[in-house]
Amino acid sequence: MIKSVKAEIVENKPIAPEFFRMTLKAETLASEGLPGQFVMVKVSPNLEPFLRRPISLHQINREEATVSLLYQVVGKGTRLMSETQKGKVIELLGPLGKGFTWSDSDRVVALVGGGCGTAPLVALAHSLLEDKKEVHVLLGAQTKEKLVCEEDFISMGAKVKVATDDGSYGHHGFVTDLLKNLIHDVALDMVYSCGPLPMTKEVVKLTQEASIPCQISLEERMGCGIGACIGCVCKVRTKDGAFTYKKVCKDGPVFKGEEVMFDD
Amino acid sequence: MPNLCVNIAGIKMKNPFTVGSGTFGNDGEFEKFFPIELLGALTPKTIRSYEWPGNPPPRLAEAAAGLLSSVGIPSKSWERFVKEDVPVLKKIPIPVIQSVIGRTEEEYVEIVKKCSDLGVFAGIELNLSCPNLKQGGLSFGSDPQASESLIKKVRKQTKLPLIAKLPPDYSNIVNVAKAVESAGADAIAMINAPRAMAIDYKTRKPVLGNKVGALSGPAIKPIAVYLVWEVYKAVSIPIIGMGGIVDFRDVIEFMSAGARAVAFGTINFIDTQAIPRALKDLENYLIENNIDDVNEIVGCAHC
Repeated sequence: MIKSVKAEIVENKPIAPEFFRMTLKAETLASEGLPGQFVMVKVSPNLEPFLRRPISLHQINREEATVSLLYQVVGKGTRLMSETQKGKVIELLGPLGKGFTWSDSDRVVALVGGGCGTAPLVALAHSLLEDKKEVHVLLGAQTKEKLVCEEDFISMGAKVKVATDDGSYGHHGFVTDLLKNLIHDVALDMVYSCGPLPMTKEVVKLTQEASIPCQISLEERMGCGIGACIGCVCKVRTKDGAFTYKKVCKDGPVFKGEEVMFDD
Repeated sequence: MPNLCVNIAGIKMKNPFTVGSGTFGNDGEFEKFFPIELLGALTPKTIRSYEWPGNPPPRLAEAAAGLLSSVGIPSKSWERFVKEDVPVLKKIPIPVIQSVIGRTEEEYVEIVKKCSDLGVFAGIELNLSCPNLKQGGLSFGSDPQASESLIKKVRKQTKLPLIAKLPPDYSNIVNVAKAVESAGADAIAMINAPRAMAIDYKTRKPVLGNKVGALSGPAIKPIAVYLVWEVYKAVSIPIIGMGGIVDFRDVIEFMSAGARAVAFGTINFIDTQAIPRALKDLENYLIENNIDDVNEIVGCAHC
């Protein structure tokens, strides 16, 4: 159930250039939040900046009753978040949206993350590994130093491969190159993806060519996060070949790869 | 306890609070946070006589103390509205003011008649911000003659209180307010969000998918208060004031300028507790200031 919660910051520290991890004591989010869901964060005590910021659940720790948010400082809101000290209490709305799904019949899965899109895949990998699935993780970053969460995935027991744009670590090129190879080498039951739009589009294309089902998490500017403002829409195919607008915050943020229409 | 009841052209509201159409969801989004009957009246999303997908994304951009949006008033078909929304709206135990819009006089006439015939609504709000397709795309509400002609035609379709919602663009709002009053409108809702836009300095192209949008939130409040002040002097029908209201102070400001009721809009997106908090705070304010009846403050800044 969606709730407005006040949560104490247990930790808020940089983990790579521009990237921060904030851990919050938040019982209801920890017990009810699912991988792929998100929260709307009130980043300041007043109305400046005006909007809350949508941030995905990065780690969900039921035992400790904490959740973590991994975010990249890209503007005013995330900068304020990064400056908020440990011990402070912040307001969040959540858990929001529809997260990733999986079924018992899926045995081998791949997670494709680009940049900050890697964040929700950590919680997802955790759940999938708990469910005894074989989890391949493909990570893309601009440079070695901007790569996040590699150790988290390795320590959980996932099989990790990395690509960097500048070749400073792992494969020199796109993370989707790695997916192409993995599809060739391993029989995948499901591919999960979260990252920049060009990456998402390529993941959808590759999985469709190989007839592998795929779930993509989309990013859009959001007003309310609960489906009221209808500001964060994406185009979804209808049966008659036309499209309808769906709310990323409420109908998503996770969609089936084949249902989303991308404007080229 | 001070009296909080207000009467808007026969719509009896147990307090002066309603919501801006399109800012309160339509799918029970806010009932998770507070009971809807806390409001004096509900104004659900604007409906058209035809299905409309709304504008292409991106639809939102943040502005200083506000929100720039170009959602485009998406609307489901009339058939779906009757099947899916009307049964829910019927059960709402407070007056429901249905907001409607059209691109031509004929579309307004059609949707007003259909809504009126349902027998579910306490009043109808005419959103006059839509471009008049037959008059070169200027909005109905920017032109006193177009507004007057339109109100006269829809007036014949319904006995329900008609509330004209006016846009603040083109600085003609006082003349438009007088025109809608003389044509038979029972109340005025103001202001609709003024037209606005943003351009990305990196790409040097409009940020919004529709290029042009509208600005809402605290940024527009002083403009809205001023226009309510002016229109209050010019007409005698009641005003529902709106534009950037976030708390009870803003409510008092709008009512002092001349609004008899107020609508909470964009703040609902940011703070789901804004309405219940403001209601409690307003009541406390009236008690502390020995005001027995909230109607006493309507227009009091003019004296």
